[in-house]
Order: sequence, then structure tokens, then C-alpha cells
Amino acid sequence: MANLSLAAKRRFVQAIFTLLGNSYFPGFAYRDIYQGKLKAFCVPFLNCYSCPGAIAACPLGSLQSLLAVQRLSLYILGFIAVFGAAAGRFICGWLCPFGLIQDLFARLTPKKHRLPKPLTRIRYLILILTLALPILWIGQSGLGAPYFCQYLCPAGTLEAGLLLGLGRPELRPLLGPLFAWKVSVLAVFLAAMIATYRPFCQTACPLGALYGLFNPVSLWRLEIAASRCRRCRAPACRKSCPLDIPVYRRPNSPDCIRCLACTKACPNGALAFRTGVGSESASPLWPRQYTGEKV
Amino acid sequence: MNRRISLFLLFVGLAMLGAGLARGEAGQVLAKAIQICLECIGIG
Repeated sequence: MANLSLAAKRRFVQAIFTLLGNSYFPGFAYRDIYQGKLKAFCVPFLNCYSCPGAIAACPLGSLQSLLAVQRLSLYILGFIAVFGAAAGRFICGWLCPFGLIQDLFARLTPKKHRLPKPLTRIRYLILILTLALPILWIGQSGLGAPYFCQYLCPAGTLEAGLLLGLGRPELRPLLGPLFAWKVSVLAVFLAAMIATYRPFCQTACPLGALYGLFNPVSLWRLEIAASRCRRCRAPACRKSCPLDIPVYRRPNSPDCIRCLACTKACPNGALAFRTGVGSESASPLWPRQYTGEKV
Repeated sequence: MNRRISLFLLFVGLAMLGAGLARGEAGQVLAKAIQICLECIGIG
């Protein structure tokens, strides 16, 4: 493990959490879902609870489902706040299964296009709509619905829609225009994953948008050693960032998924992620090659 | 300063989590999550 590159370590951690979050293997075999008590708990990342393998609930799906019956869940909001305050979008970069899928698709082509900034801000609008619509848009039943899951979430389509919708004979006749729409949305995101890095995280994920708001104030965050930063003309930190964030100016941008690539790229070792709850002067985790430790 | 904010947010998050558990919200999450979500599949 120690000899693995940072990217390989990240893939490994992503794969482990994907497996852990979806470890109800009979569900895949019998096209059914886990119905045990673990589903009272959420995973911190986007993972459809109707995925046949899911052993816990999706925080975003659960939050919306409860909002749809006019209940604001302190449990889920608190859960998201705890993970956000601890690590921000580290969850997106290292734990999220749909993030892993996007990373794997990204490997198909080396050249990636940047998305226009306004497009990446749509995720905040989607976040507001995700939280507001289940309360405000009441159907004929007198209840709202988890509209993000219903109309947009490609993770749900991939993990639950395709496996259960097509896999269960009694559900197949019920598939109609809505299913076709959701599959189209998934197809668009899958295609975009080849052309640009993590298009869903950048443009549409409400959970990532929420975690991103915590980035500047999370306990675990990126810090720059001012004495080491040379303000390079072509900063290696920005060049290494798959999201093209000017790390030297905005080290804890809400866009950052904390892949940590920049910490390895800086030739002066000016970037490091700081951890712990000690004093402000507690030693950050500078890359080991700059601290005299054996790499 | 940032550290204090993060600790405050962590504390608020834990307090909300605890309050939600005390209100029985984990049971409500369970009740939703053990049903197949037709909206997620694209039927509902």
C-alpha cells in the first residue's frame, strides 16, 4: 500500500467504500433490496438506497423523502454537517461510488475540457430546488416527492433503475417516458465524463454542493506555507488539479474534491492538508519528502 | 478562527444528529429506505 501512487491509493479507498456501501450481494442475485436495520443509518455519500446492494440509506434521498412528508430531518442534516465540518468534499473525492465511476470514465481520454464557470454554479440552484421542491410542489396525493431522485439523479438510475427496473419482471411493464428520461440523463453524464472531469460533481450534485460549502471551514483542509509558495508563473498545483482550481489563491475552494494531487505536485512542498483539533500551530501533514522523513 | 468555526459546526452537527435520533428520525429513515424507491428507478 505504501508503494502505491496517490491516485492508486484513492482508487483503492473508493473501491473499498463502494463495496462496503453495497455489500448486500444477495440483492444483486435476486434483484431485491436489503431491508435490515442498518438502513436506519446513512452513508455519507450519494448511494441510492434502492440499489440492490445498498446496506444503508442515501442521505440525500432520505432527506428529500422526509421533506416530501413535511418533515425536516435533523438527523440527516446533522449527519451531513458532521461529515462536512470534519472533511468537506473529501467525501466526494475519496468515498463516493459515483465519484469512482466518473474517475474511471475520465481515464478513457487524457485531455479534458474545462466547464464554463456558470455551468458549475448550477449545482447550487439544484441544491436549493432539491430541498425546496419536496415541500413546495405537492402532488395530487397531498404529498411532495424526492424530485431530484425522480428526475435527475444518474446514480439512482445506474444503481437502482437499470438493475431493478429492467431486472424485475413486474416492474418492466411500468417503465415509461420517465424511465427513458432518466436513462437519457445518465447517458449524457456518462458521455460528458469522457470529455470533462467529474461533470456530475461539478454541475449537478446537491450533496457535493453542500459539502463544498464546508470546504473553507472544515477541520481537515488545505493550507499553504506562505514562505514556501513561490507564486510560480505556471503553478504546478493548478496544473495537477483535475478541476483546474487556482490552488495557490483558493486552497479550499468549494469546487475542490480533495484528491490531494496538488500536495504532491508542488515542487516547493508549500501545500499540505492539515488535520487534528490541536492548536493553530500544530504541524500540518507536509509531504514527507520535505520533512526529512523517508518517503 | 477557522478552526473554531469548524469545531462549532461539528458540535452543531452532532447536536442536530442527537436531537434527530431522540425524535425517532432513524426509524423514519429506515421505513423509507427498506421500500423500493419507485422515483429513483424512474417509475414513480
